[in-house]
Amino acid sequence: MLLPLLLSLLLILVAASIYAVAATHQPDCSRRIYGITLAVTTVALGTALTHLLTAPAPEMLTLPLGLPWLGAHFRLDALSAFFLIVVNLGGAVASLFALGYGQHEKAPERVLPFFPAFLAGMNLVLLADDAYAFLFCWELMSLTSWALVMAHHQEPANVRAGYLYLVMACFGTLALLLAFGLLAGTSGGYDFATIRAGTVTPGFAGLVLALALLGAGSKAGLVPLHVWLPLAHPAAPSHVSALMSGVMTKVAVYGFIRIVFDLLGEPVLWWWGGVVLALGGITAVLGVLYALMQHDLKRLLAYHTVENIGIIFIGLGLALAFQANQMYASAALALTAALFHVLNHSLFKSLLFLGTGAVLTATGERDMERLGGLIHPMPWTALAFLIGAAAISALPPLNGFVSEWLTFQAILISPELPQWLLKFLVPAIGAALALSAALAAACFVKAFGITFLGRPRSPAAAQAQETDRYSLAALFTLAALCLLAGILPGLVVDGLAPVVGLLNGGARLTAQHSQPWLTLVPIVDVKSSYNGLLVLLFMALSGTGAAFLIHRLASNKSRRGPPWDCGFPDANPAFQYTASSFAQPIRRVFGSVVFQARERIFMPPPGDLRPARLEVKLRDPVWEHGYAPIAAAVVALSGRFNHFQYLTIRRYLSLVFGVLVLLLLGMALWR
Amino acid sequence: MHDLAFDIAHLLAGGMVVVSFLMLYQDRLSALINVFALHSLVLVLAVGWQAHIQDAHHLYVTAGIALVFKAIIIPTALHRIVRRLGIHRTLEVVGGVGLDMLAGAALVALAILVMLPVTVTTDALAREDLAFALAVLLLGLLLMVTRQNAVSLVVGFMSLENGLVLAAAGARGMPLAVEISIAFSVLIALIVIGIFLFRIRERFDSVDMRAMDTFRGERRR
Repeated sequence: MLLPLLLSLLLILVAASIYAVAATHQPDCSRRIYGITLAVTTVALGTALTHLLTAPAPEMLTLPLGLPWLGAHFRLDALSAFFLIVVNLGGAVASLFALGYGQHEKAPERVLPFFPAFLAGMNLVLLADDAYAFLFCWELMSLTSWALVMAHHQEPANVRAGYLYLVMACFGTLALLLAFGLLAGTSGGYDFATIRAGTVTPGFAGLVLALALLGAGSKAGLVPLHVWLPLAHPAAPSHVSALMSGVMTKVAVYGFIRIVFDLLGEPVLWWWGGVVLALGGITAVLGVLYALMQHDLKRLLAYHTVENIGIIFIGLGLALAFQANQMYASAALALTAALFHVLNHSLFKSLLFLGTGAVLTATGERDMERLGGLIHPMPWTALAFLIGAAAISALPPLNGFVSEWLTFQAILISPELPQWLLKFLVPAIGAALALSAALAAACFVKAFGITFLGRPRSPAAAQAQETDRYSLAALFTLAALCLLAGILPGLVVDGLAPVVGLLNGGARLTAQHSQPWLTLVPIVDVKSSYNGLLVLLFMALSGTGAAFLIHRLASNKSRRGPPWDCGFPDANPAFQYTASSFAQPIRRVFGSVVFQARERIFMPPPGDLRPARLEVKLRDPVWEHGYAPIAAAVVALSGRFNHFQYLTIRRYLSLVFGVLVLLLLGMALWR
Repeated sequence: MHDLAFDIAHLLAGGMVVVSFLMLYQDRLSALINVFALHSLVLVLAVGWQAHIQDAHHLYVTAGIALVFKAIIIPTALHRIVRRLGIHRTLEVVGGVGLDMLAGAALVALAILVMLPVTVTTDALAREDLAFALAVLLLGLLLMVTRQNAVSLVVGFMSLENGLVLAAAGARGMPLAVEISIAFSVLIALIVIGIFLFRIRERFDSVDMRAMDTFRGERRR
């Protein structure tokens, strides 16, 4: 009975959208709308959690909507329940944040009507059980999020981001449409039950995999389809950015999992895993390298989303490779790692985006070079952001560590794979994952250090004030969840077990709740185990012990004196480390190859009053070699066909007539 | 009895193709409109016969709609338009009649060649009907392509639409709602086109398409 409840909840969201259109000019409309979305998503979260934990049989429902001979099929199973948790948790926290943050919105009429509809769209994608409903809801999600990206359309950069997003979204949906077309075959059974029951030839199955990678990958931000993501996600208001980055990319991952693991089913070919793995590895490394080069806090976070999507796809690729070789126990580990990272990334990426939103409200700045020292006026935001930064950098005892550790455990089993190509590929991907984890840590040292530490680099940063209590409640909810998932990973892994079993032919990890001391033991305890609780206890004990000893043994008299000023007695905030100077070593090591980074120093001759300048030029390889040629080709072709716009009416008619006759002739002769 | 039913259906559908041929070489607008009315009348008979032999009552509604709109209202309206535009006496240059006829014959052959192999599984009645319908459709397009006058273009379009209705009547199970909506869309098209014709005439003093081509700055052939 949970599915009808969920669907009626989503109906409330749609109604809220319509209400928002009418009531958008009332002063407390924003409060009401976000209050409704908060309540609805919280109930939906509870419902999905109930389904996942009690793990009953899948619920199905067919409504007489959509295509007359098909209807709209909905289904609630463990997989959709897990992703519903991710979506509604993110939605609830974003709504809570927006209760405070939404007051600062300059154009609420451009945000409020779309926000509940966006949430409803994402939820419906997860519940859809036929291709038509899936694609319809997918498009609803895309279009409402596009409208939210365009909320601040006065800025030309946002318009460009919105355009690029729209183009990529159309492309992705086209790919998914073709994928479903291939899956349904000539009989045209578009409901998922028929597709699941049917079989696809290996050639078509490979094609479906490629199309699913293109379609879901373009929404998730898989390199080289990521170009729209770092432009579009930051353009939206911050709570929407959190949803798009933390949650919508997960819906895309869901789409990929649903198509490849569930609908396509057996048999799996081993090279599928290789392809997904390689793409995931490239995405992870390139994403974090891009992120390191950014000074815009929101764009940095958006590029990190690309990196984390890479990590998730590494897990999924490993699972495919193991499944192809009937190593279901190992596949269960890889799947658990990927799904765990889905949850984790939605938690800490939402936290970081919301924290950035708080900074943005307080200072009006997103550029790190104009921030600094915010830990003094905004201590609580700083603490929450620090927890998020530590979690995304995969530091124990937080949750990011657990899922990356599980991914590494899966990588370490890979020598058991029989294919030589995979034997060589997987360790290389492991190295790439390690590299990206290290670079991510560097990146968040930069993000946190430059934004919150040091001294304010602009008057706006100096006059910042702590954010409101709704926003803080949202931030600390997420921070607490990051910590909880980190110290009690066994509970999460147990919660994921029905999902993994569903996708993996019944095989799942051993139940963790029976392990002593809440230890996480993915395979056997002689091989590897991790206990977040013990790590936390150790850190707490050693930390307090050290502090105690220092305070005991050292003098506790406080003195105030001038700090060492490096010979610059009149210290200017501009003398501090900047974001670009922090990233310079890494830019020199990696950027000179990957991004063709070139530095140019202009040193004025003596007597010249111009300031010295250091210019850095970066080039985006994916854009220059992937997209620019396509765009140029489209423009050239359009130029060629331009004169078709100025034909006479009779010539148009003749063209249509000629093409029709030609096609009919072809049909007559071909038969 | 079945054979007679088939023969009459065949005769009526074939009659539409013949009338389509008649339309191809009418160089006077009034005559063209009259032939179009005849075309619609044959369509009404064909659809009515289909309704009788298929025992499908909703097809009577379709036939009724076609009778009222296609055979009476639209030709009358077109006659009025032509009269008010003052072009009922002008002769339209129709390209070589023989060439048109040959092209038309080739199109009919093509239609039969395409349709018959595709519809092997359906019954003979529907097959013949579909082939004729495609032929009528192609002939309507040919009429549109070969004419210069905007009113002839409209007539060509309407006759093409007649072909669509014939196909719909032959194929069993086409919902009535679809046919009604097609009929209404055609009526609306007529209204819109009629308004446009007067607007075009106001601006260019002619409804000859060539005048519009020169206005758009295109070179003439």
